[in-house]
Amino acid sequence: MSAVVDAPPVAPATGGKAARRPSSLALLLHNKPAAVGLVLLILVALVALLAPVLPLPDPNATAPADRLKPLFSPGHFLGTDPLGRDVLARLVWGTRVSLSVGIAASLIAAVVGSAIGLAAGYCGRFVDSALMRGVDTLMAFPYILLALAIVAILGPGLVNALYAIALVNIPFFARNIRGVTMGLARRDFVDAARLSGKSEFNIVLTEILPNVLPVIVVTLSTTVGWMILETAGLSFLGLGAQPPQADLGSMLGEGRRLLFTAPMVSLVPGAMIFLIVVSINLLGDGIRDVLDPRLRSGALARPSARTAVDPRRARPSRDPAPGAVLDVAGLRAEFRDGSETFHAVGGVDLVLAPGECLGLVGESGSGKSVTALSLAGLVPSPPARITGGSVRLGGEDLLDAPLSKLQALRGGAVAYVFQDPLSTLHPMMRVGDQVAEAVRAHRRVSRREAEARCRELFETVRIPNPEARMRAFPHELSGGLRQRVAIAMALANDPVLLVADEPTTALDVTVQAEVLRLLDRLRRERGMAVLFITHDFGVVSQLCDRIAVMYAGRIVETGPVDAVLAAPRHPYTRRLIDCVPVVGRPERELAAIPGRVPALNRLPPGCAFAERCERVRDDCRRGEIPLASLDAGRAVRCLHPLASGEAA
Amino acid sequence: MTAFVAKRLLAAIPVLFGLSVIVFLMIALIPGDAATAILGSFATPENVARLNADLGLDRSLPEQYGLWISGVLRGDLGQSFTLNRPVLDEVGQRFGATLILAGAALVLSSIIGLLAGIVSAARQFGWADRAITLAVLVGISVPSFWLGLILILAFAVAWPVFPPSGMVAIYGGGGPLDVAHHLVLPAVTLAVVASGVIARLTRTAMLEVLRQDFVRTARAKGLSERHVLFGHAFRAALVSVIPVIGIQAGFVLGGAVYVETVFQWPGIGAMLVEAIAKRDVLLVQGGVLVVAASYVLFNLAADLAQALLDPRLA
Repeated sequence: MSAVVDAPPVAPATGGKAARRPSSLALLLHNKPAAVGLVLLILVALVALLAPVLPLPDPNATAPADRLKPLFSPGHFLGTDPLGRDVLARLVWGTRVSLSVGIAASLIAAVVGSAIGLAAGYCGRFVDSALMRGVDTLMAFPYILLALAIVAILGPGLVNALYAIALVNIPFFARNIRGVTMGLARRDFVDAARLSGKSEFNIVLTEILPNVLPVIVVTLSTTVGWMILETAGLSFLGLGAQPPQADLGSMLGEGRRLLFTAPMVSLVPGAMIFLIVVSINLLGDGIRDVLDPRLRSGALARPSARTAVDPRRARPSRDPAPGAVLDVAGLRAEFRDGSETFHAVGGVDLVLAPGECLGLVGESGSGKSVTALSLAGLVPSPPARITGGSVRLGGEDLLDAPLSKLQALRGGAVAYVFQDPLSTLHPMMRVGDQVAEAVRAHRRVSRREAEARCRELFETVRIPNPEARMRAFPHELSGGLRQRVAIAMALANDPVLLVADEPTTALDVTVQAEVLRLLDRLRRERGMAVLFITHDFGVVSQLCDRIAVMYAGRIVETGPVDAVLAAPRHPYTRRLIDCVPVVGRPERELAAIPGRVPALNRLPPGCAFAERCERVRDDCRRGEIPLASLDAGRAVRCLHPLASGEAA
Repeated sequence: MTAFVAKRLLAAIPVLFGLSVIVFLMIALIPGDAATAILGSFATPENVARLNADLGLDRSLPEQYGLWISGVLRGDLGQSFTLNRPVLDEVGQRFGATLILAGAALVLSSIIGLLAGIVSAARQFGWADRAITLAVLVGISVPSFWLGLILILAFAVAWPVFPPSGMVAIYGGGGPLDVAHHLVLPAVTLAVVASGVIARLTRTAMLEVLRQDFVRTARAKGLSERHVLFGHAFRAALVSVIPVIGIQAGFVLGGAVYVETVFQWPGIGAMLVEAIAKRDVLLVQGGVLVVAASYVLFNLAADLAQALLDPRLA
């Protein structure tokens, strides 16, 4: 039944995009917080590196006469400590120690942890389970506790603290790198290297390591801040740097005894630790965003409560169709991704009479679902935006309606059934509660009454044993039953319009037929108008009165189902119909449509199908092509339509 | 559900075993003569000999482990030579104080973190989101031992509303209210980092959930945005945040070491620091074992909570 090949909806944005892609460093500097972090960090590192040549007093020179000078004293910008030592000098030298110890610990953790991760991920089996069992055991300890235990064994001291912190962080690297390595070890290029006779060690070093390097860098950038913090922490506790050696943590720890008399002696080194860790974290977040494309900005943008609508959009000039349930006129919607604009819907007109079923047909990316979801503002924004047209339901333009009005209509007069009921039902709520919720969203009824209504609806959609099913979770039901639940939910408030967005695509063929029969019966019994979105002509012929074929965001042909199917006028419709296999006619040739759907961000002028059309002439590529009315309620967007019964 | 609980309990056993081996090895790995290291260089030969016999240090490692673990299972964690009392008594007493502190911090950070994460996701890119993102950055970057000092200066010295240290007032203290009064500053200090981590992950989890199909279904039903956020999205997001809260229990238990030191809270963290300084290795060993084991149980509880919430897991 379903035979239309899914074509990619959009082509790559620009031909030369790969070449123009900015480098990682440029991306990083473009990220303002990360750039701030980087600059701060470079400043701190420079000061620490240059400590020996900076005009600073000896950090260890005691001067009892100058003890506990306040901030900004002459000669002692940050004052002096209880032994009269210059706090600024000690701060710079302490920073040097803290940074080098933290970075050394990070490098040890990165090298050892990555080696373990590579070995476990590449070798798999015994090596993997043995190594990862050990790593898991280390992770079973609270973070600092294990470091304390190690210092307890080795004895207090800065080097021992360094080892302890490094060891504690090894599991983070081992786990992350193992995961990526496991994926890489089974890839073709690794097999190819193996066949070419490279040694295993060589493969890991030259084929795998370069690919896991970004993961190592990301893990490093997110853990180095902790490691500096925690080594300072051990010193603060008196378990790290021992006098006369001083790092920021031990300065803080020693200064604490004078908290009430000279708070700055301890607060200043603490502020330095904070500054270092903040800048590393700022930079680390930036690095993660650059190297981990999944988290790149915008990828996780939250869809708002309704689709964004341009208030200054072009509105249709024509009067609303009298007596129509739904009247969509000149609907335009686009998606923005950076500087690219994808014209998903380019001026769609639809009219539905009460009780009528209209099939909206097209390939993936033709704009049929965006059209359907736009009606109730359900297209995610960002990135979507409605830029033109009107959606009139009972005379009122929903695109101008306030959110509260829209929410009253959603699930009320306009109800939706979506494609995959497993992902469209809440996985952690009992299905009965989900249906009852739909009832209570629109009617002031008690929980008990809503449940009674739910039972009634379950019977309407022929769910056997409704009492028990209401207590089930979606994953406990079969696909067909789940879709019946979704339909029951849609019917909860007797909608005048049901929008069904590929409701049978995710179902088995036999279940498909049952669900279609159910929908057909319901719409006839209830006089409900149905907008049925599908890519499947078989389904359309079973269920719909009229059909509208979409291509590249526009309706290219519309008319009564039987007439269109029998004698399509648009070459695209003809081609689509020819893609459908017919039972009992195996000799019929299935014609895939040559070429591909045009990129929605690079729509050609004139007919969008021209590139793939065998009947194309010069005038097809020039100017707007109107949807021309033919006889008997049909219309076609083609300058040179097929004659009745003609092949494409 | 029963099968799930049984499975998780069984899975905890090898973890507890591995953990006990590492804690046990603490003594074996001490460089040089363990008994001398534990008792200090001024120990009498008799005491060294007695400790060697007690720990079975002259036997093979597996034998030593057997001896040690059977003692642990009977509640015998050895004798603290610095305190002259059984390790178990001291650890038990201190652990109660740590549980109060860590428990308060974990509850506090869960509430703050979840709320901040939800608000941040709901107002993505708005001023509330920016403010929370900044607060999270500060929260996860601030050294708790420094923050504690600042809070003492602010709320115990400059504006003395809370006591700067201890768990109970020296004179006439000890009631629950008194403990709660002493608990505020250390619990807040300890909760800051965990709040930041939980807020950050809640935000991400919410943003991921809000893109899911069932959220669109909730909107298509006509539910209010508040209902969509709290009734539908948060419920699903919580499932992925709960393990994070479990992991934060570990960071809170560990971070208690600093906070207890700063505020002189008589918990197990402060005890460990003192014990390490005095090289009372048996006391350290007992303390680490108890805290680590309790962390495993925390995570087990988080697993079970997750399964209770998500019927697909059980």
